[in-house]
Amino acid sequence: MSLLKKSAAELADMLAAGETTSVALTQAHLDQIAAVDGAVHAFLHVDTTGALAAAAASDARRAAGTPASALDGVPIAVKDVLATEGLPTTCGSKILEGWIPPYDSTVVAKLKAAGLPILGKTNMDEFAMGSSTEHSAYGPTHNPWDLDRIPGGSGGGSAAAVAAFEAPLAIGTDTGGSIRQPGAVTGTVGLKPTYGGISRYGLVAMANSLDQVGPVTRTVLDSALLHEVIGGYDPLDSTSINEPLAALADAARAGAAGDLSGVRVGVISELGGEGYQPGVQQRFDEAVALLVQAGAEIVEVSCPSFVHALAAYYLIMPSEASSNLARFDAMRYGLRVLPEGNDDPSAEDVMRASRDAGFGDEVKRRIILGTYALSSGYYDAYYGQAQKVRTLISQDFEAAFAKADVLVSPTAPTTAFKIGEKLDDPLAMYLNDVATIPANLAGIPGLSLPAGLAPEDGLPVGFQILAPALADDRLYRVGAALEALLEKQWGGALLDQAPTLNGSNA
Amino acid sequence: MPEITRDEVRHLADLARIELDDAELDHIAPQLSVILESIASIAEVAAAEIPPTSHAIPLTNVFREDVVRPSLTAEQALSGAPASEQQRFSVPRILGDEQ
Repeated sequence: MSLLKKSAAELADMLAAGETTSVALTQAHLDQIAAVDGAVHAFLHVDTTGALAAAAASDARRAAGTPASALDGVPIAVKDVLATEGLPTTCGSKILEGWIPPYDSTVVAKLKAAGLPILGKTNMDEFAMGSSTEHSAYGPTHNPWDLDRIPGGSGGGSAAAVAAFEAPLAIGTDTGGSIRQPGAVTGTVGLKPTYGGISRYGLVAMANSLDQVGPVTRTVLDSALLHEVIGGYDPLDSTSINEPLAALADAARAGAAGDLSGVRVGVISELGGEGYQPGVQQRFDEAVALLVQAGAEIVEVSCPSFVHALAAYYLIMPSEASSNLARFDAMRYGLRVLPEGNDDPSAEDVMRASRDAGFGDEVKRRIILGTYALSSGYYDAYYGQAQKVRTLISQDFEAAFAKADVLVSPTAPTTAFKIGEKLDDPLAMYLNDVATIPANLAGIPGLSLPAGLAPEDGLPVGFQILAPALADDRLYRVGAALEALLEKQWGGALLDQAPTLNGSNA
Repeated sequence: MPEITRDEVRHLADLARIELDDAELDHIAPQLSVILESIASIAEVAAAEIPPTSHAIPLTNVFREDVVRPSLTAEQALSGAPASEQQRFSVPRILGDEQ
């Protein structure tokens, strides 16, 4: 099997055993990027020199018997929303074109300290606003399963990079589903941790109270291994949880044995049925049946307030975003555009012209929506109500977790749609996140893993598992069990069934 | 409500310091109306006695020791500036004609 198709855990074992080098691995992935990224467009920036230098340093540590971490030397791709010192960080926006941060985000600093060479920065919807990566100012990313289709969003670049074997690991961020939904439509694994579980320092904020960084991988164990590298308390993030992480990789390894005896799994009745593509529902139901075979007990749970989750989200998120994005004012960094026909423009004139030129449609829509929801006449009716709905959703989860250890649903209501299909229909686009948003509003962790291909279109379906706050380890145990049972049925990974991209070395 | 007029959108864009031309207003205003219509139902959902949640996980203020630690140099801080002068950000005039 090609090196490119191996999991990060396998690559780490090979590095530890001296069967390969980080330079060889990193070069193989850089070659794969050169071969297929013209068609996929998962990357906005590739750092060949930096990645190879980091790989050589990793090989030197391994040779000296002092690896920095279990994943030392395994290359990774990073979503372009995290600050990387010396590497461009654009957030998929023209307003940050060419911006090179003078510091590293905590997650990136941890990756560097653990010895993972950074291959480059991945494409995304502008400022993480979208579910298809079509809102990137630098052009869309294409789904490796069908290049005419979207890879999900906002982290479509990271998901497509691991699905196309351009990187064994990637970093994503999830505000309303931006790690899990791309995972679902590309046949990969994505996890949003408990809010506060991974530092947001150096993450360009969209909605502070919802944003979380998380791992994007091809296997559940890889997700746990990466989560252990980037997770944990950070004094630079005031919302960081000051408690040690649970043993995540151990939970994944235990789960992979496939025994779920005594685990209570709650099926959320509001997230399924009407509005869900038949093949998505079918693969979901089959996966639930597999959990039963593994010994899990299934209970039906109802979360009646979820019907209002999308509305609450589309008030809270734009409100926070409109305030966050005020920092792009053309004064200290980023694009500065002088208004036409004005030879003595004020700072405010320059601000207006720069923000018009630098922001795309979706960003403008959300800033205006947020400005509206926060204006004095509407604040109580909209933003205040949304915050109350947020309480109701947390209460629904609390009641559900009294009956079940984990909750499950399809990750997204449909498989990947065609590029362009929903671009000018914001509401249809927003519905992609209907099943993932509740977890962000409640701050609980969620995992998406592949559940198979929808019979009607042959495209990947995602299975979502949710756990109470700080119980991320449960996702790894149940996720790894389901993954093992499904792969036994398929006779290998789901991605083995993906078409081979032109020129691919995988 | 929840109809949002073209003029309201122009006013909101103005508050948000985004210059929108007529074509953009024509494009965005109807889309915002549709979005607002879909979220308007929220006004009737939650009763007065339900407490609002701003953060899912309760927050407490975090202090650090009041000690000097490394920070960005002036050169680093100015490295992304559109214009700078004498180790400072250089900005257009800040007072408008009316002030």
